[in-house]
Amino acid sequence: MKKQLAYFLMLFWCISTQAAVVDDMLASYKADGASDFSASRGEVMWNKDYPDPDSAGKVRNCTTCHGKDLRAKGKHAKTGKVIDAIAPSVNSERFTDPKFIEKWFKRNCKWVLDRECTSQEKGDFLVYLRNK
Amino acid sequence: MNIRQLVMIVFATILSSSVFAARDVAVVTDSLYKEECSACHMAYQPGLLPARSWEKMMANLADHFGENAELGEKERKAITDYAMKNAADFSNFKRSVKIMRSLSASDVPLRITDTPYIKRKHHELSNRHVKDNPKVKSLSRCDACHTKADTGSYSEREIKVPGFGRWED
Repeated sequence: MKKQLAYFLMLFWCISTQAAVVDDMLASYKADGASDFSASRGEVMWNKDYPDPDSAGKVRNCTTCHGKDLRAKGKHAKTGKVIDAIAPSVNSERFTDPKFIEKWFKRNCKWVLDRECTSQEKGDFLVYLRNK
Repeated sequence: MNIRQLVMIVFATILSSSVFAARDVAVVTDSLYKEECSACHMAYQPGLLPARSWEKMMANLADHFGENAELGEKERKAITDYAMKNAADFSNFKRSVKIMRSLSASDVPLRITDTPYIKRKHHELSNRHVKDNPKVKSLSRCDACHTKADTGSYSEREIKVPGFGRWED
């Protein structure tokens, strides 16, 4: 019983941290000039293809590494290293560390889009992914 | 088995693993280095390249072998510092010494697999072992075959090439 309660509290703590972190980030994106966020816009962009600068005719998108199924593990396109699932419903560590999120937004937006994402785009991604 | 025998066995095991199975390169001890440098690939030990290589590599993380691996400036500096201080030219570990010996003073290799010593050690391998082997694909995945690579140990008896098994010269 005690153990169950502990698990429950842990789960609750994870979920509430996640919610608070994402809410804080959304607020800061708004302060940065973003307007209302849209999960469907996030979804479209998540699946949008961009030309691969390294090989003509090929494309890159978010699923190149994160995989088609948000609840499954992904794989680094070059090194093959396993990437933990992006969906917070199966990975409680997702969206709990703002620094980690910004670091990977920067790297991955540059890799896929060849530029950094705007605050609007980052917010759209977060509202799309947070409920997955 | 009595307590005394047990203690002897434990002691002997610790002794043999630290003395007889000497590491080939120094194991990574820095937690920031470990975390950041293992996000996309194995955290290569600093002792696998000279300090000048780490310095050059860490100065251009926006193009890290074609990938963006940018870090915050504080983290970038701390990791550069750790890598340079523990680089091959400051190490007495066997493989570090051999890697340094194979380089000339003007060489600044960015890939471990471009150092003459590492190249020579892998020259017997063919495409079917590495490039065309779906579980290996590239020589840069040390840990695909060197089963204890993460501990800084690269001895021949620990090699297992996926699909081929143990490797012997």
